[in-house]
Amino acid sequence: MGHSLKRKEDIRFIQGKGHYVDDIKLPGMLYMDIVRSPYAYAKIKNINIEAAMKVPGVIAVVTGRDLEKYNLHWMPTLMSDTQMVLPTDTVMYQAQEVAAVIATSKYAARDGREAVKVEYEPMKPVIDPYKSLEPGAPVLRPDKPGKTDNHIWHWEAGDKAKTEEVFSKADIVVKEQMHIPRIHVASIETCGCVADYDKINNHLTMYMTTQAPHAIRTVIALVAGHVGLTEEKIRVISPDIGGGFGGKVPVYPGYVIAIAVSFLVGKPVKWIEDRSENLQADSFARDYHITAEMAGTKDGKILATRFKILADHGYTDASANPSKFPTGMFSIATGSYDYGTAFMEADAVYTNKPPGGVAYRCSFRVTEAVHAIERMTDRFAMEVGKDPAQLRLDNFIKKEDFPWKSPTGWIYDSGDYHKGLLKAMDAVNYHQLRAEQAEKRKKGELMGIGISTFTEIVGAGPSKDFDILGIKMFDSAEIRVHPTGKAIARFGTKSQGQGHETTYAQIIAEELGIPAENIAVEEGDTDTAPYGLGTYASRSTPTAGAAAAMAARKLRDKARKIAAYLLEVSEDDLEWEPGKFFVKGAPEKSKTIQEIVFASYTNHPQGMEAGFEATHYYDPPNLTFPSGAYICVVDVDKETGAIKVRRFVAIDDCGNIINPMIVQGQVHGGLTQGIAPAMYEELIYDEAGNILNGTFMDYLVPTAVESPKWETGHTVTPSPHHPIGAKGVGESPTVGAPPAIANAIVDALSPYGITHLDIPITPFKVWKALKEKGAI
Amino acid sequence: MLKQITVTVNGEQHTLEVEPRLLLVHMIRELLNLTGTHIGCDTSSCGACTILLDGKSVKSCTVLAVQANGKSITTIEGVAKDGQLSPLQEGFKENHGLHCGFCTPGMILRATELLANNPNPTEEEIRWGIAGNLCRCTGYNNIVKAIQYAGAKIRGEELPSTEPEFV
Repeated sequence: MGHSLKRKEDIRFIQGKGHYVDDIKLPGMLYMDIVRSPYAYAKIKNINIEAAMKVPGVIAVVTGRDLEKYNLHWMPTLMSDTQMVLPTDTVMYQAQEVAAVIATSKYAARDGREAVKVEYEPMKPVIDPYKSLEPGAPVLRPDKPGKTDNHIWHWEAGDKAKTEEVFSKADIVVKEQMHIPRIHVASIETCGCVADYDKINNHLTMYMTTQAPHAIRTVIALVAGHVGLTEEKIRVISPDIGGGFGGKVPVYPGYVIAIAVSFLVGKPVKWIEDRSENLQADSFARDYHITAEMAGTKDGKILATRFKILADHGYTDASANPSKFPTGMFSIATGSYDYGTAFMEADAVYTNKPPGGVAYRCSFRVTEAVHAIERMTDRFAMEVGKDPAQLRLDNFIKKEDFPWKSPTGWIYDSGDYHKGLLKAMDAVNYHQLRAEQAEKRKKGELMGIGISTFTEIVGAGPSKDFDILGIKMFDSAEIRVHPTGKAIARFGTKSQGQGHETTYAQIIAEELGIPAENIAVEEGDTDTAPYGLGTYASRSTPTAGAAAAMAARKLRDKARKIAAYLLEVSEDDLEWEPGKFFVKGAPEKSKTIQEIVFASYTNHPQGMEAGFEATHYYDPPNLTFPSGAYICVVDVDKETGAIKVRRFVAIDDCGNIINPMIVQGQVHGGLTQGIAPAMYEELIYDEAGNILNGTFMDYLVPTAVESPKWETGHTVTPSPHHPIGAKGVGESPTVGAPPAIANAIVDALSPYGITHLDIPITPFKVWKALKEKGAI
Repeated sequence: MLKQITVTVNGEQHTLEVEPRLLLVHMIRELLNLTGTHIGCDTSSCGACTILLDGKSVKSCTVLAVQANGKSITTIEGVAKDGQLSPLQEGFKENHGLHCGFCTPGMILRATELLANNPNPTEEEIRWGIAGNLCRCTGYNNIVKAIQYAGAKIRGEELPSTEPEFV
């Protein structure tokens, strides 16, 4: 623990020996390509497959009508909505799957795809989520019994009456309308699978890009159980995953079609989407329109917040949230501040856009929540004329007030927000920057300093509240130690780059004293790993990491018994230090963990079970609440609107740190995925529902040039309820960075009366705002 | 319809019958089963498929296999020599220059040419030098560090610390 052990997994990746789904090649394997809709909303008049079937190598074209015969044309979403696998009558968004072409090679499948002729009757789509709720808007989901409008659900948290009362009496009320735009995780590996159905044994092996292999196995069984694919006949293997960020949680139609085709033809079927398909059709993230308000006193005390959300879910609610939380963890939006009153509400709507949403490296809508509270805190500071750092210091929940109950009911486990912000201010030399800014303003130069002091909520979650389709959100670890004292540990989670092979081994090494290099970590095979809900929402360390510690502690208890037997003393006479038990007062009388393990196979006490293995399913007692204090410094060119991030200091608090190098790496990566939506990324649709930037040519993933040199550090406030005091960190920076950047840019522009700009804040947006205010 | 080509890949000569439209990346992955070269996009934007073609880094999704006729190709599988990691491979491993590993082979091949042309690049030259290769995981700080480490190693200078630096 606390050691920057170099990663065990790297040796294969740096030599091209990573094993990703597209690297799998099975005998007789067929290739699938997908015909997609050019229209956002249209009736399908006819699908002519004649020419496609004549393409050499094409063996089948599958349509919704084909799947309908097996009742496989619809599937459930994780939010208990429904989604077409392939349409029988109507397409609901551009790039929706319309038919699948199966061929003996990748190129033949693509040729076949081009030869399929689909006749559409386009209809006027609903793209604007506000218009979707207007009377007279076409009802997009008549397939849902009794549906007469496009409203999906309404959600509320907090105390409406009390909040209204505080707002009505407050000295100061600030309000902004903000859009957290639709973005895409764009992991560099796209999604795909090889579905390998064995007709003789009635068994499916599904190699796929999934962050949650066990949950997917259960979902496949629920979708395909009626055709004989029951859960024991399904093996899901998630090999090396080239980045996930939430985009590899859902079940996409392509997976289901590949399974259906493999089931029907009895051959392995590979489907790998290309980048444009990935951007245009796979689950988006965000797309929240938020009316945000904050009330407070004129001397800068926050009293209440009110957030009203319109959530655009596209054609179906395919969010990847815990089932009881339609807005995910948005109700963390009261943030790091000590005030007692808040009210939040959300309405979700259908539109003719691809379904979602997923996380984009964030714990279930925490990014939206943090953006809202951190932007409004700055807005409030601006209104009362107080320095935003000081205003935060004056309003933070105090260290001694933890555990702290938030106005929306969360129990924050621990935190020291003052320490984090003061450290960040010190690192960036905050007061000197403010002095420099004042000088620059006199000369008409634009420099901005932005702060974000966020609280995350991760590690879903306690079984009392957290489940996905009824399955509780525990996670698991199984440790087997071999007679020679080396171990294999298996988990229900699945790394997509987080370094689990190293960090889990470090946790077990810490608890059992077996060197980390002697502990193999395996994930992603449902036939071998214990059941778990997978890796997303920064939950692996809080849940499976805890399970590893708990399973190791079970083994340590067993080791104590064996050591007592071998040393002929009572268990109470033994003391543990990492790697061995020794007799109190006689340290020369000891047994190493390796000797004890060997004895468990060769000389175990009578009446004790032989062997040395343990499994633990960890049900967390609470979520964990990592926090951070980020400060961004920008220079803005007044004439062009160009924005240069001069410095960015990130101080994170993720509790106890297992591997500082990996934690820092996670923070670096998350920060780049924070600047991405803050300044570059947005999926843009026109009124007809055409995506205007559906490729990597125009969907701007930051390169090494746009990504600043990040400066990072940490404070350590352990989680009191986690076995090793850790909290999870992978997503904090993605959550915390966008408002720091937005606040910095708005701060730079504030002398001209600009109070808010929606992300992504582009040079054009800045230039336009300055122009409108007469600044240029 | 098929064209015969001869290519040297990682020092080994191959004669192949290929469709004229076959992309070099598909030749490498599908015909030679060298799956360390990855595909991350369809617009030559991401650089995951970067290889060396006669010593120059190219995106192998943007080259036809027939254009490689008579040429020499290095893929990630050919970078380590006799079990010895290249300075860049070592740099990436020692400096946590990778997370999921998907962009890593392309990054290493691109940086190989970068350092061959300029063994002592500034940070800015490194950042611009790898701007054709996207990484979604690392935030690039440690990729830059990995390339600086490899540069020092190639130049025979003292190696920079691989410990993470914190403010």
